[in-house]
Amino acid sequence: MSRLTLRQVRKSFKQTEVLRGIDLEIAPGELIVFVGPSGCGKSTLLRCIAGLEEITGGDIALGDRSLAGVAPSRRGMAMVFQSYALYPHMDVRGNMAFGLKLMGLSSDEVEARIAEAARMLQLTPLLDRKPRELSGGQRQRVAIGRALVRQPEVFLLDEPLSNLDAALRSEVRLEIAKLHETIGGTTIYVTHDQVEAMTLATRIVVMRDGRIEQVGTPRELFETPANTFVGTFIGSPRMALLKARAEGGRFGIEGSGDVALPDAPGGARALTLGVRPDAFEVVPEGQGWGADVVYTEYLGTDAFLYARLGDGTLLSVRTDPAAPEHATGSRIALRPRAGGLHYFDQDTGHRLAA
Amino acid sequence: MSVAADERHGDRGGRGILSTYGRDGLIQIVLIANSVIMLFPVVIMVFSGFKTNMEIFQAPFRIPDFTDIGNFVTMATQTNFLRYLLNSLLVTGTALLATGILGIMAAYALARYTFAGASFILLFFMSGLMLPLKLAVIPLFILFRDLGILDSYWALIAIYTAMGLPSTVFILTGFIRTLPSELEDAARMDGASEARILWQIMLPLCRPALVIAGIYNLVPIWNDFFFPLVFIQTDALKTLPQGLTTFIGEYSTDYGAMFAGLTLAAAPITLLYIALSRQFINGMTSGAVK
Repeated sequence: MSRLTLRQVRKSFKQTEVLRGIDLEIAPGELIVFVGPSGCGKSTLLRCIAGLEEITGGDIALGDRSLAGVAPSRRGMAMVFQSYALYPHMDVRGNMAFGLKLMGLSSDEVEARIAEAARMLQLTPLLDRKPRELSGGQRQRVAIGRALVRQPEVFLLDEPLSNLDAALRSEVRLEIAKLHETIGGTTIYVTHDQVEAMTLATRIVVMRDGRIEQVGTPRELFETPANTFVGTFIGSPRMALLKARAEGGRFGIEGSGDVALPDAPGGARALTLGVRPDAFEVVPEGQGWGADVVYTEYLGTDAFLYARLGDGTLLSVRTDPAAPEHATGSRIALRPRAGGLHYFDQDTGHRLAA
Repeated sequence: MSVAADERHGDRGGRGILSTYGRDGLIQIVLIANSVIMLFPVVIMVFSGFKTNMEIFQAPFRIPDFTDIGNFVTMATQTNFLRYLLNSLLVTGTALLATGILGIMAAYALARYTFAGASFILLFFMSGLMLPLKLAVIPLFILFRDLGILDSYWALIAIYTAMGLPSTVFILTGFIRTLPSELEDAARMDGASEARILWQIMLPLCRPALVIAGIYNLVPIWNDFFFPLVFIQTDALKTLPQGLTTFIGEYSTDYGAMFAGLTLAAAPITLLYIALSRQFINGMTSGAVK
């Protein structure tokens, strides 16, 4: 088991720069999730690591060995594709055996590995079926099995759950987590779904526009987002970003009044406040920022209200589902709970130390 | 039952057979008439194959005695028919095989790799669809003379392969572009070389498209009369369409034997067509609806 190191990895397609210098260290056995909006370069980065795309700059190394110019099949990696990419004309056994035969393994070894993977993934009764005779979840398991039998050092998974329906998705997600625990290989997982990222990852890599915005454990990302992008990307409903001006320890929002925030970083004049829905409390008029209720949602165990501040910012507030709902259009006052605030520089969007 | 319902009921009864079955019926009639017109010459050809010259002229439409296979025996024993059939099979088969192999290689490269001049090469192949090869018969003759392959199978195979390539490349390039490229990536991760990806992954997937291209080219090649006429002199090298003309004599023609020959010549292609028609239809739709 060796560590995967990415140094200043760049990738351009003709004039378009897709990856703009990625630095990342992945420890053996980690489950790393690349997450970000579509077009952020996460899938491209995965394909670069796999060797399916050639990088235009930087270096990728597994242990001490640079992977530059190494064929995809010789990198000690296996990949699960979004569309599963099972060979349609081969049965399940053939799909798993294809790569193994090309590795030059004896047919006994091939059979043994397939039997082992099939047992782990409950594919044994399906070995002689063609992919078109399988359900979506079964195809997904075959795709994972095909990666498994290669016994790679690194597993690469490209949005493996996006073609499954919601119920199956959480089931397979759990299965992937269990598999990672049993096998223990390094895993890189690409998704745009933050729930998958939060539940599976040892560490999450948040990407935007070909750059890494932040790397950290799910808890780190949630509790101390490095910038406004990560703050709003992780967490649902989104963190509200409030543009505030500081005057004498009170933070004013245009048209909504001002609130005293004792733990604010000193010396700041204008900054962006990040407040998650559950960090707001509804307070009597005059003790918080004034806001108009736009819409309320009752979800049983949760309730949310959406309100608009005086400067037009829309924010969501988690409220007590047992309490009476606020009428749409009514005026309320909101104050962030102590310790529930994130402070960001208004120009750069970077986190300010509290 | 209400009055309205009664009226509606009566109304439907009043529309009559023509309005109920009219449109479909009319289409059926047109289609049946079309089938009769299409099949008529074929049926007459088969019938005449079992008749003597005399019978053909006396009662051209009479159903013959199908046990009388004298004409077929004559064909098989007293003429070079079997030789011609063999030549046709050999030339057509080799040309189609070469078309398929070269076509899928070209199409895979054009569909999947980006390289300078790719679109020009595709256009170059496409131009073959627009220009009739017969225009080039004199340069071809000179070329083949210099290559020393006049009056040989190779002349025909080369021409038929060239004739089949444009449509094959056109059909296959379009088809391969509809296949997910993740399949090839998966094979690359599995350690397959580009050649292995083509032969073991793409080729089986392209089978429907290959069958379409094959059938599309099979008929014109099998039936071609022009190129053997120009390039083949030796009787033992002649293909069926050309060979069959030798039965039309200047003073007398054995029409019965000739029709028997035509029937035999048309049979293999018809049978193949029927056998592959399911694949043909599958292929037509699988390209359109991914």
